Amino acid sequence: MIGAQDFANGLILGATIGLGAVGLTLTYSILGFANFAHGELITGGAYLALTRLWVLAALAGWGLGQWGALSFGWPFVLLLVAAMAGTAALALGLERVLFRPLRRRGTMIGLVIASFGASLALRSLVAFAWGPEPQYYARAIPIAREVLPGVRVTADQLFVLVLTAALIVALHLVLTRTTLGRAMRAMSENPALLAVTGIDPAVVARWTCVIGGGLAAVAGVLIGLTVQIRPLLGFELLLPLFAAVIVGGVGSVYGTLAGSLLVGLAEALAVPLIGAEYRAAVAFLVLIAVLVVRPVGIGGTRA
Amino acid sequence: MINDIFAYLVFFTVVALTYALACLGLNLHWGATGLFNVGVAGFVAVGAYTSAILTAPPSPDRLGGLAWPIAVGWVGAALAAGVVALGVGLVTLRLRHDYLAIATFGIAVTIQLLAVNLIPLTGGPFGIHGVPRPFSGLVAAPLGRNVAYVTLVIALVAGVYLALERLVQSPWGRVLRGIREDEAAAAALGKPAAVFRLQAFTLGAMVMGLAGAVYAHFIGFVAPEDFLSILTFQVWTMLVVGGSGNNRGAIAGAVAVWALWTASGAALTAVLPQELQARSAALQTVVIGVVLAAVLLVRPRGLLGEATVVSRHARPE
Repeated sequence: MIGAQDFANGLILGATIGLGAVGLTLTYSILGFANFAHGELITGGAYLALTRLWVLAALAGWGLGQWGALSFGWPFVLLLVAAMAGTAALALGLERVLFRPLRRRGTMIGLVIASFGASLALRSLVAFAWGPEPQYYARAIPIAREVLPGVRVTADQLFVLVLTAALIVALHLVLTRTTLGRAMRAMSENPALLAVTGIDPAVVARWTCVIGGGLAAVAGVLIGLTVQIRPLLGFELLLPLFAAVIVGGVGSVYGTLAGSLLVGLAEALAVPLIGAEYRAAVAFLVLIAVLVVRPVGIGGTRA
Repeated sequence: MINDIFAYLVFFTVVALTYALACLGLNLHWGATGLFNVGVAGFVAVGAYTSAILTAPPSPDRLGGLAWPIAVGWVGAALAAGVVALGVGLVTLRLRHDYLAIATFGIAVTIQLLAVNLIPLTGGPFGIHGVPRPFSGLVAAPLGRNVAYVTLVIALVAGVYLALERLVQSPWGRVLRGIREDEAAAAALGKPAAVFRLQAFTLGAMVMGLAGAVYAHFIGFVAPEDFLSILTFQVWTMLVVGGSGNNRGAIAGAVAVWALWTASGAALTAVLPQELQARSAALQTVVIGVVLAAVLLVRPRGLLGEATVVSRHARPE
């Protein structure tokens, strides 16, 4: 039976999908291609934070600490910052070495297949460097409390919702109140016109990579915190991410956010009905349904 | 020694040509029509599983096991992959081009999921064993059997190659290239782009399904891990390296990249210390990825590349 608990699970899942999908929709519309390596940015974020944790433990003997009911303390902030910086650098590196030269040649599809290859190579490197076994930031088993009748969540899961909401508000402010944000939106509408105004599209592209990579890193760390860290973490999220982006409409941040919640809820609600093993297929069904019914998505403008 | 080398060469050729079949299918998609299929592994898997289910002997813990003739299995493999492609194509082919990439990625993930979890039909993670091998009744020695099989596969690849060459040079193939280059112009000439795309997509997927069947009946069993996204990536690399738009390029790319793949695997096994051996497959992927990126950046048309076709009416007298 579907209960209130499933809705809560779907909301939390939708929030983590949202952080990844919003970055994906930005790069999709601004850089102009479907980046299949976006999932590996999420994986990268999770592992970079883990490495930072190991470094802290080795150099200063620090653990994760504890903040009230949360399973972590303030060193977690260092983990997040390290993951965001490292993943943004990774995204910039991919842009510099692979995507920008290919974009200059005007082969959009070369970009997609190159990102597909980068995704596989990065996934393989992660498995090579950190090993295939699942890992955790903290060994403690978090305690779920009843926050609403019939709904039990852990403090960490509430933290996921709060941090996601805060980041989305921050992104909203960047996109609407800053020159960079206006330039990003302009570039997704009309890159040539943007260049005419004297703004370098390459700079906007780089910032898009930084923002997309940073958000992906947070998604990875939050999944590592609430589920586990595995080399396939991001890859398995890729289909839900694309489903969310297309449901929401490519380039529409709020549409994508709504799409993420929809995909997260659909997956969580389907689990009691069809079993957890088919969860990934739910995202595919949502994707196909949207392509049949409304291919421009919730907030999109072109199909 | 000579015998060993010959046996390996036969084995290598069968696998390389199986890839070549999938690559020919992808060339009809991408090379001829500009359809971006990121789900090659899914269509190959549908073919392999269909043929396995149709031809394997009955088993108490599994549905299927019809023990039908191998030829029926191969035809069924192509048809099943075609039906899946038709379904995906009907939904996506009239939309933005990159939606096809995402949808085919989704179908490959979903098929992988079904292969692992639909245990009564697919045998789950352990797959289906006892897929019959052709010629096993006629030739007793494994080497003789493989030689017979490689002959069959060479004939099959040659047949598919000739048929596809015929098709892409026919008026139908010209329409495909027309749609790829300028859809509006093709539509203005009264060519329904969506219909032609759907035909090309279905046909290419049928060739991929056939490749899956050829693989299954050579190895003798099918399992989900044979159809991961690495397979899609390998076939794409083969097409890009060989030369997209050129059927001979597709075959040459398949042989060249498979040679590079096996050579890099052997080299890594020789170089890496014992404890890292298990992870060496990961580095193989990186090697192929670098080759693909280099070809895309340095020689985008690949080894052979597409021949420039100019209408004979446009040629100067």
